[in-house]
Amino acid sequence: MPASARSAGFLDLAERIGRRTVAGVAEIGFAAMLLVESLVWAITGHARRQPVRLAAIVEQMMEIGVMAIPIVSVLSITIGVMLAIQGIYTLRAFGAEEKVTLGVALSVTREFAPLITGILVAGRSGSALAARIGTMSINQEVDALTVMGINPVRFLVAPPLFAMMVMLPALTIYADLVALFGAGLYIGADLGMSMSTYFDRVVEALSINDVMHGIGKSVIFAALVALIGVVNGASVSGGAEGVGRVTTRAVVQGISAIVITDMIFAFAITR
Amino acid sequence: MTEATHPGPKQIDGAPPSAADGREVVIRVRNLVKSYGPRTILKGIDLDIHDREVMVIMGGSGSGKSTLLRHLMALEQPTSGSIDFLGRDLCRMSGRDLYDIRKRMGVAFQGGALLSSLTVGENIMLPLREHTDLDEQTMRVMMRLKLEVVELAGFEDLIPSELSGGMLKRAAFARAVIMDPRLLFCDEPSAGLDPVVSSALDDLILRLRDALGITIVVVTHELESAFKIADRITFLDRGEIIMVGSVDEVRNSRSERVQNLLNRRAEHVTLDVDEYLARLTGENLPADAP
Repeated sequence: MPASARSAGFLDLAERIGRRTVAGVAEIGFAAMLLVESLVWAITGHARRQPVRLAAIVEQMMEIGVMAIPIVSVLSITIGVMLAIQGIYTLRAFGAEEKVTLGVALSVTREFAPLITGILVAGRSGSALAARIGTMSINQEVDALTVMGINPVRFLVAPPLFAMMVMLPALTIYADLVALFGAGLYIGADLGMSMSTYFDRVVEALSINDVMHGIGKSVIFAALVALIGVVNGASVSGGAEGVGRVTTRAVVQGISAIVITDMIFAFAITR
Repeated sequence: MTEATHPGPKQIDGAPPSAADGREVVIRVRNLVKSYGPRTILKGIDLDIHDREVMVIMGGSGSGKSTLLRHLMALEQPTSGSIDFLGRDLCRMSGRDLYDIRKRMGVAFQGGALLSSLTVGENIMLPLREHTDLDEQTMRVMMRLKLEVVELAGFEDLIPSELSGGMLKRAAFARAVIMDPRLLFCDEPSAGLDPVVSSALDDLILRLRDALGITIVVVTHELESAFKIADRITFLDRGEIIMVGSVDEVRNSRSERVQNLLNRRAEHVTLDVDEYLARLTGENLPADAP
């Protein structure tokens, strides 16, 4: 290959990387701006006679939280049982099956409940948010709100953001309880431990910090999922195909952001 | 009327805004330029829109009429130039002032742009809910009044996906005028509709102007519709205004570009060799390429 062609190829690659980097930074900046603007509307909305409506937040809370309870229940109980099975199997080698409650309690509250709930909400509500905003952009509904003097961030972004920041921690607490209950059922059946003894040991094993660790993470996951959904929805182009593309992108980015943030959180807090 | 076969930015709409009939200028556009990178879409638009007139903006695809409309609605910032709404420059206005101004504008978008998650009635009441302290019953009365005007009485509980194309557009008109705006924008009101429904919408536009006394700006490429509703017509071609005049003035225009548009004759642009080669190789795209 001639040197000039190699040089042109390298420049092309460098240009593409540069463009993607700039686009990525712009998206992060846009997400940060949306977060700040939503908070400003929540604080100053009433004074400006444009409040973030509680009814809209409650409606989103129903959609994001209450409607997700069945699937969160199924996944949480499955995770609980799975952790109990694996825990007993591992500890049996040391003759320490009784200690499984400690492992299950810490794993569920610190990691599995917030992680599984976050991933579930990213797949369910993050994608729905991206699709909704994307479809509204294509149908000029966002433009219509703007020309009606209705700020789209206040009307479309703030309610799901706040709803998610309330409901994801709530779902995480619920997932904690259900997963621990599921694990208790299996441990009771396998080790002959009564449910009251099991829960006594769980309470003994857990500190308030362990529970707050999971809940704290879930608040950050909520903000990430909501903002990633909105940013992707707002960047839609190309009709129905474009909506499908940004929806997939929102789910992939949302789950990736949750897992990476979880690792950073664990690194920063747990060590 | 002003007509130009080789228009420059200052050649149109020379009539003083209030000299002829004493009517106020609601929108005044001066030297409006919009560029996206090397492409210039609007090339120095000058335009006055008078109180209580129906101004139709016409032009072929890619002429810049939709871009002009988005600027008039303050949805985009121009590269340069000014747009005054009742004497206040939309391009240099704070967000809060723009919010106040927008309460005095209504827009009926091409596809209706009703929020799909709300019923027709909730859509129409949305501006009232967001901008006024009216009680629910009063808002409902006002919503039903507007639905009566657009002949959609009894449809308030349907969701937008349950309406036909023509009904969607009429519902969009009802929402656009619920705040009794001073200015109404209509984007392609006849697009995608059969001639009967299209004609009924034209009648509705004229009825709204007469009943509510508002200024209406319509963007369309439907000649028949434009001739029926327009007080004046603005012809846009390749980002320039080539003519502003009454229906008769437009019909009798001797401008070749106007006649091409009226008679649906395609205009073939001749490129010089260098420009043609530049297009083929994708290099040095001319800054004013259409």
